[in-house]
Amino acid sequence: MISLVHFLVVGGLLFTLGLVTVATRRNAVGVLMGVELILNGANVNFVAFGRYGAAATTGQVFALFVILLAAAEAAVGLAIVLAIFQTARTIDVRQADLLRE
Amino acid sequence: MEHEAVHGLEALAPIVATPVAYLRWIPLLPLLGALWNAAIGKRLQARLGRAPIHLVAIGVMTAAFAIALVAFAAMLRLEPEARFLEDSVWTAAVAGPLRIDLGFALDPLGITMVLVVTGIGTLIHVFSTGYMHEEPAYWRYFAYLNLFAAAMLTLVMADNLALVFFGWEGVGLASYLLIGFWWRDRDKASAGMKAFVVNRIGDFGFLAGLLLLFWLLAGAWGTGTVPGAAGPTLNWRELRDQIAIPGTGVAEHLQAVRLLGLPALGLAGMLLFVGAMGKSAQLPLHVWLPDAMAGPTPVSALIHAATMVTAGVYLVARLDFVYALSPTAMGWVALVGGLTACFAATIGFVQTDIKKVLAYSTVSQLGFMFVGVGVGAFWAGAYHLVTHAFFKAALFLGSGSVIMACHHEQDMRRMGGLGKSMPLTRWTYLVATWAIAGFPVASGFYSKDEILWKAFTARHLELLGVPVPWLGPALWAAGLVAATGTSFYMFRSYYMTFTGSYRGASGGHGHGDAHGQGHHAPEESPLSMTAVLVALAAGAVLASFLGLPAVWTGHEPLLERWLAPSLTAGHAVPFTEFPHALEIAFQGLGVLAATVGWLGARALYAEGRSHAPEALKARFAGVWAFVNQAWRVDALYDRVVVRPAVALARFLSRFDGAVIDGAVNAAGAIGRFLGWLDAAIDTHLVDGLVDGVATVTRRAGAQLRRLQTGRIQTYLYGALGGALLVVLLDFLVP
Repeated sequence: MISLVHFLVVGGLLFTLGLVTVATRRNAVGVLMGVELILNGANVNFVAFGRYGAAATTGQVFALFVILLAAAEAAVGLAIVLAIFQTARTIDVRQADLLRE
Repeated sequence: MEHEAVHGLEALAPIVATPVAYLRWIPLLPLLGALWNAAIGKRLQARLGRAPIHLVAIGVMTAAFAIALVAFAAMLRLEPEARFLEDSVWTAAVAGPLRIDLGFALDPLGITMVLVVTGIGTLIHVFSTGYMHEEPAYWRYFAYLNLFAAAMLTLVMADNLALVFFGWEGVGLASYLLIGFWWRDRDKASAGMKAFVVNRIGDFGFLAGLLLLFWLLAGAWGTGTVPGAAGPTLNWRELRDQIAIPGTGVAEHLQAVRLLGLPALGLAGMLLFVGAMGKSAQLPLHVWLPDAMAGPTPVSALIHAATMVTAGVYLVARLDFVYALSPTAMGWVALVGGLTACFAATIGFVQTDIKKVLAYSTVSQLGFMFVGVGVGAFWAGAYHLVTHAFFKAALFLGSGSVIMACHHEQDMRRMGGLGKSMPLTRWTYLVATWAIAGFPVASGFYSKDEILWKAFTARHLELLGVPVPWLGPALWAAGLVAATGTSFYMFRSYYMTFTGSYRGASGGHGHGDAHGQGHHAPEESPLSMTAVLVALAAGAVLASFLGLPAVWTGHEPLLERWLAPSLTAGHAVPFTEFPHALEIAFQGLGVLAATVGWLGARALYAEGRSHAPEALKARFAGVWAFVNQAWRVDALYDRVVVRPAVALARFLSRFDGAVIDGAVNAAGAIGRFLGWLDAAIDTHLVDGLVDGVATVTRRAGAQLRRLQTGRIQTYLYGALGGALLVVLLDFLVP
């Protein structure tokens, strides 16, 4: 029997993997993918709480919003990456430090 | 005489004063002259020469003399008892019921003094135009001389004792300025200071006496026990009305008070006389007068012989109503006068500076005057004052003429034989010598013998409250000795100067070529000087007519009658009566004394032939030196007063330097230390704090800026760390 805890564990794992990806990847696209993982970890939680909790459909609606928001975010993020690439000829986030002191 | 006295007592009534508005101009004109020359004299002299200077100075003096003559004429038209002119200018001060006016008054005594001061003063101004011919600061000289005249006239004419004191100080100032006239010479400047300081001692006595008298009178005014006391006043006419008129009770009150076991009135009189001693150079305050000869010779004649130094005599005569009440004060005055007369005469014997001889002679003659006013013969003292003014002015100006002729040589040993080249000076000098020596015809005889006779007949004197009937005759004897001495030293100066042969540096190498023709044998002085000499010598003879003795003419002397309304107290003095024959015999003794002195001087000094003076000097070298140095009074003063004073001053200076300056410096050092401390706190602590904040901020910023790496992941670590921290805190802090 699959319970809420299982879902939460999967969500937590996804979130953690995403966070680690964001924190460690040097490739900007990889970082964006890590963000997707984090968002999807949250989505798993929304759906799971919607199935087992009192919120019923609210969790699924929120998951749809998050997917939408993730798409928009990825579009903006990829545009920024493109802009960085055009400027610095690299998409290594460690090289993009023009705002340093 | 007795009859007169009784008559005088009965007739005594309050003085009726006649107001006249011109009196103020007598002292005011010389004052204006002084101010004029002081203000613009220097420029006038530079532009127009000396003439405008002395024209103004002599002009104001002549005008003052003319006004005095007008006042004299006005007075002659009045009844003798009503001869009192008054001119109140304004009220100077009001203190409760006491009112002090700036007012002038003239009575017969006052007008006599005023005529002497303005008359002889004018003559001496004229003489000065010749004597001070080469003086660059001509304008200053005449400004001072006019200032003196103004002060002296204020002193004489003041209608109250406060104003008298004002004039008294004024003449002291003028005297100081004129003695130190050539102030570049250190000795002369210090002679001026000496005169000023010694006079200050006298002035203290004057002021103390005045205050004591006022305090005594306040006892009569304030208590209401004396009905005749009209009220507080310093006006001497009102004082005289209150004190001298019998029946007011003021006199009895004054005589009753005792202070320190002495009659208080006597004490007041003695203190007032201390003032007179200072101004009139009596023992022991005489020391300034010989030194005052440092001033120009006309000044010596005017101030230090004819007028200012007689102010003390004038003061005693003016306050005759006070002195007549107090035999103690009278005895004191007469004693000091007699001692001074003898003392100064001995010094005159051995002086070689012609002006010093005359100076000591002046001191001696002033002593005579004080014997006169001291024994109660007030008019005789005043008479000697007048005659002395004439012959001593003539002598001093004569000596000035001689000194000028001898190229400012004052030592009689380098003169001699001047009679041939300076006949006018010689004859006038001889006449004046005659007068001072006391030979009949010339005036000194009459005044001196009147004084000596009165001294002999005085049996009423007291010393410190103790009756001393022998004092009068003793003073007479002393006076006779002094008169012999006077005759001796005056003829000595005459013979040494005018007879024999010239011992100066004639035709030789004088001093510089500044004097032009001055290197040759002495020549007679210009007319402006000789004319004055003749006028004064004539005055010295003519003044005799003022005082022909009663035993000769049968009526009282002119001057005595003239002064009687002023010197009412003189009538109350109980002189002992003696037969007329004795008085004539005593006059004979006076002439004998003068003759002895004359013959002695003639034997020793005439024509410069005798070698006896040198022999005597060698024989009694010690005594000679002692007397020549004026009995070493100056040395005594030096040791007793000057040196301790200087030592005290030095000590105080050192005290000042060490202790006071030390304290001040210590305070300064403490202040500086505190300042330094404060500055240190400011720079190190306060500034340190402020700077510290800035430094910390800056350094913190320098460190913190490294966090701004620009790398997105670094920020993420920060956010994660922060989140973790919040979670941890949430667990750790309950």
